[in-house]
Amino acid sequence: MEKFYQIWKKFGKNFEQGGKLEKLSSFYDAFDTFLFTPNTTAKRVGAQIHDGSDSKRTMILVVLALVPALLFGMFNVGYQHLLATGELVRGALTCALFWKAFGFGLLAVLPLIIVSYVVGLGIEFVVAQVKHEEVAEGFLVTGFIIPLIVPIDTPLWMVAIATAFAVVFAKEVFGGTGYNIFNVALITRAFLFFAYPSHMTGDQPFIRTAGTWGWDGGKTLVDGFSGATPLTQMATTTDAGFMPTDFWTMFNGLIPGCVGETCCWAILLGAVLLIATGVASWKIMVSILATAGITAALINAFGPDNALANYPWYMHLISGGLLFGAVFMATDPVTSARTECGKWIYGALIGLMVILIRVFNAGYPEGMMLAILLGNAFAPLIDWCVVRVNVNKRLKRA
Amino acid sequence: MLSKKTKEAFLGPLNINNPVLVQILGICSALAVTVQLKPALVMGISVTIIVALSNVVISLIRKSIPMRIRIIVQLVVVAALVTIVSEILKAFAYDVAMQLSVYIGLIITNCILMGRLEAFAMSNSPMESLMDGLGNGFGYAMILVIVAFFRELLGSGKLLGYQVIPDSWYIANGGVYENCGMMLMPAMALILVGCVIWVHRSLNEDKK
Repeated sequence: MEKFYQIWKKFGKNFEQGGKLEKLSSFYDAFDTFLFTPNTTAKRVGAQIHDGSDSKRTMILVVLALVPALLFGMFNVGYQHLLATGELVRGALTCALFWKAFGFGLLAVLPLIIVSYVVGLGIEFVVAQVKHEEVAEGFLVTGFIIPLIVPIDTPLWMVAIATAFAVVFAKEVFGGTGYNIFNVALITRAFLFFAYPSHMTGDQPFIRTAGTWGWDGGKTLVDGFSGATPLTQMATTTDAGFMPTDFWTMFNGLIPGCVGETCCWAILLGAVLLIATGVASWKIMVSILATAGITAALINAFGPDNALANYPWYMHLISGGLLFGAVFMATDPVTSARTECGKWIYGALIGLMVILIRVFNAGYPEGMMLAILLGNAFAPLIDWCVVRVNVNKRLKRA
Repeated sequence: MLSKKTKEAFLGPLNINNPVLVQILGICSALAVTVQLKPALVMGISVTIIVALSNVVISLIRKSIPMRIRIIVQLVVVAALVTIVSEILKAFAYDVAMQLSVYIGLIITNCILMGRLEAFAMSNSPMESLMDGLGNGFGYAMILVIVAFFRELLGSGKLLGYQVIPDSWYIANGGVYENCGMMLMPAMALILVGCVIWVHRSLNEDKK
């Protein structure tokens, strides 16, 4: 980080008065504020609860980390559309079709982003006005995540209602940014899931078969088309050895699913940035993935003989929202466990629950949302226990 | 006609001393019977009748009840009234009685009842007790009806069983609207009660 800062400052010389890029100095300033304000760092000696970062800088890094998943999500929305209309055959992607897919996806995803931000920030502004507080940055990340964790065909007014519900009842009533018990974006998704189940699961909402703004609509669909996500197919099949797709298609994310959750390498790219900058806890991510993997492997070995129990553990890790949730949502610093030991326990709880929900409750093919919300509920208790154990240990020593 | 205290006993529970909104009593049944408007109305009326009558009865015999067994006496009176109401409902409104199932019987354990008997009827005259019972019953019924109105309207698009939102609005029929399934869940009833409390407190901020 230190080195990068020095390179950045050197680069900044170009923008000073008389420098080569003087006219662009406002851009440099903006990014300088984004990345390096406040520029005080915590001292290396003494006990510190956390470093000198502020929430704006944390938020902007998370948004940057989410960008790969968003861009790939846009491409995949178009890609799935072209597959469904038969314009594209899997594996025969040309440059022209790539841009058509991306453009289609861009137009389809953009309204979701706009609705989420307009509604959420609107409520934030009104509440800040009423309470005579500053507008907090809290919605920056939430508003960016919401479009990534809903199916592409979710009607916009539903997204608007769910966002409003989540911002008011999961955040503002608890005191605003930093005081919420549950992850606000997940509450949005949970509301959609329970209020409008037919638009959040099944084989309808995950692939846009109609046009976007009248573009490329009215096509007939290819024979044997199914819009169900791999996990839904797993939950509904009766064939115990069923495999929805191969490892690499799944890893590359060229499958139906919520907008941003499908592509594993885009998410891992974000994870690298989050871990390198210390924004998200690697302990939580590792703990979730390890526990989920072990639980799934145990069920593979000793579980019942049905499709979901036979689904290999490594496929579980790259299916559905598990990776996205582990990297971006379970690590939310407000709602996760805060103590170092507590992070391992918190992650383990989520990893265990997600596999149990997936395998043993066919009504919920995707368990990550419910698992994280349960983890959120237990996080304060976990922290409390860890602190008590530590206090007792020290008392005995004295 | 009515003395100031009697008036107070009736009007207080309707607003600034509402059993559900201010004392947070009777929440359990408020969550359970408010999916539709009709059972909520019947429940509200039943509770009103039972609170009013049991208040009067207990108030009439309040001077002869031994203090040590007063809870038992109160329970006997309430249980008798609840059984009568339950039988009447089964005879004349069977469908609603089935919908309300155990919740009619559970009126016996409703906190509002025991609360009013202990706090009011045991130390006030029958007339005042009657008004107090009616006020508390109406206060409870009012909240039930408000919550049930929103739950039935937004959750199933109906009011009192009649389709209010036009069929052509629904996505299945080519429209854009969809019922909110969340409204049918008990969790949403709690949130709605919370909203009513929120509105009520912000309206009465200066009266505290």
